[in-house]
Amino acid sequence: MNSKVSDRIATGVFVLLASIIVLLLVSLFGYILVRGVPHISLDFLTTESSTVSAGGGIRDQLFNSFYVLFITMLITVPLGVCGGIYMAEYAKPGKLTNFIRSCIEMLASLPSIVVGMFGLLIFVNTFDWGYSIIGGALALTIFNIPTMVRVTEDSIRSVPGELKEASLALGITHWHTIKTVILPSAFPGILTGAILAAGRVFGEAAALLFTVGLSTPRLDYGNWNPFSEDSPLNLMRPAETLSVHIWATNTNGIIPDIDAVSAGASAILILSVLLFNLIARWLGSVIHKKYTASK
Amino acid sequence: MELAEKDAVFNIFDMNLWYGDFQALHNLHFSIKKNEVTAIIGPSGCGKSTFIKTLNLMINMVPGVKMSGEIKYQDRNILQGSVDLVQLRKEIGMIFQKGNPFPQSIYNNVAYGPRIHGIKQKKKLDEIVEQSLKDVALWEEVKDRLDSNAMGLSGGQQQRLCIARAIATKPDVILMDEPTSALDPISTLKVEKLITKLKEDYTIVIVTHNMQQAARVSDKTAFFLNGEIVEFSDTDSLFSNPSDKRTEEYITGRFG
Repeated sequence: MNSKVSDRIATGVFVLLASIIVLLLVSLFGYILVRGVPHISLDFLTTESSTVSAGGGIRDQLFNSFYVLFITMLITVPLGVCGGIYMAEYAKPGKLTNFIRSCIEMLASLPSIVVGMFGLLIFVNTFDWGYSIIGGALALTIFNIPTMVRVTEDSIRSVPGELKEASLALGITHWHTIKTVILPSAFPGILTGAILAAGRVFGEAAALLFTVGLSTPRLDYGNWNPFSEDSPLNLMRPAETLSVHIWATNTNGIIPDIDAVSAGASAILILSVLLFNLIARWLGSVIHKKYTASK
Repeated sequence: MELAEKDAVFNIFDMNLWYGDFQALHNLHFSIKKNEVTAIIGPSGCGKSTFIKTLNLMINMVPGVKMSGEIKYQDRNILQGSVDLVQLRKEIGMIFQKGNPFPQSIYNNVAYGPRIHGIKQKKKLDEIVEQSLKDVALWEEVKDRLDSNAMGLSGGQQQRLCIARAIATKPDVILMDEPTSALDPISTLKVEKLITKLKEDYTIVIVTHNMQQAARVSDKTAFFLNGEIVEFSDTDSLFSNPSDKRTEEYITGRFG
């Protein structure tokens, strides 16, 4: 067989594989959206969910998802970025660093259900917080820190060494160099990583089942005092998120419109994650352009 | 040369450097004079870049480096004890092989050093930026777009911007590590003209693999080979009348 023929075969195989992936994705997306979008309405998004009768919405679940996401990122991003800076700039190659790195990798490969169990034992039981947003957010933090550390470390390492050299050669201290030269250049990568992590958090159910619970108390959206029992901002309240709601409705829901609710909620979920990804790409490229002055 | 020369900026005595077990520099012994351009030439791997990086201790970034001997700068041996790297590098600026501006505005690139070293007033910074850019003959080319990103400049402009950035912190010495190796002939000429001009105010050490460049811009030339100084003398005499056979072979292009 001559090389031209094998080249054509190779091209053909790769095109075929790529088409299969695209086809899978499109059909999955299409299926969820076609089934779900007809059920999405303003009403669906703004009414409380119902436990027995038809016509319930996903207002609280949607809010909970975003709120848990927000709190999680509030904890994850600073911790993860600091960890990444340490790994990229301060950690000296050696046993300790290798140990830390394997710990991070191990943490990254923990099944999320195990993280959920850990959250149940520590936050819910030992700390006696009960099902709470803060417990869920901390469980998700455990789940997300490895990604955040890794993304930050990689972004910092991909900053050209000449920039660091240039700054140090000007007599700028290491910390100042990190702050004014390295982090700004690594920022697009870190941001993209953070948004992708956000997408994962948004879709996560297993780690939240045992930490934020399967219910939401009656919320008063007019009450913005985070210490009040019925405030949506209260960190100590249980908060069923969208993905948990989909799971719960499907496994033990008794409402007559199970299919409609879970299809609609799934569509919203997938659209949100899609949105996160698109925003990540767009923001990343905008900032990259700004920093490199490329067109 | 037993006594330190009076108008010398660096006095190097018996200096050795190792990367792990490999000795990269052997018993270096010479002086670099104030307001002169000292060129360091030699084939690849002869230790010339290693040497220039020891002058501002950028070499410390390389893991496993060991040094002995003396590099006296302002009557202090910078190879011993704790040296204030911030102060040292403020006084000894460095230009690298490839222009490495920060991906920020032209203005911020030049203002970066002075700003972090404590100059806050906008007016003062403006002056420094303008003066530094004028010194490197870049002002006319960029004065209308100081806010645009420095990455949009051409390679030659980027390198001159880096020189402006280095002189903005008012150093005494400027180290240049093959500053024109990535530039086209016209940009190279501009940088060379600049070096001749900067000599009035600064002491310059330039590493170059381009012998014509060394001959054009420098007052003194040191020829390095395998980590040793083979010959160090006035540029004119080194090129016209080398005393060592190896120097002659190198500058006539028989090896290297």
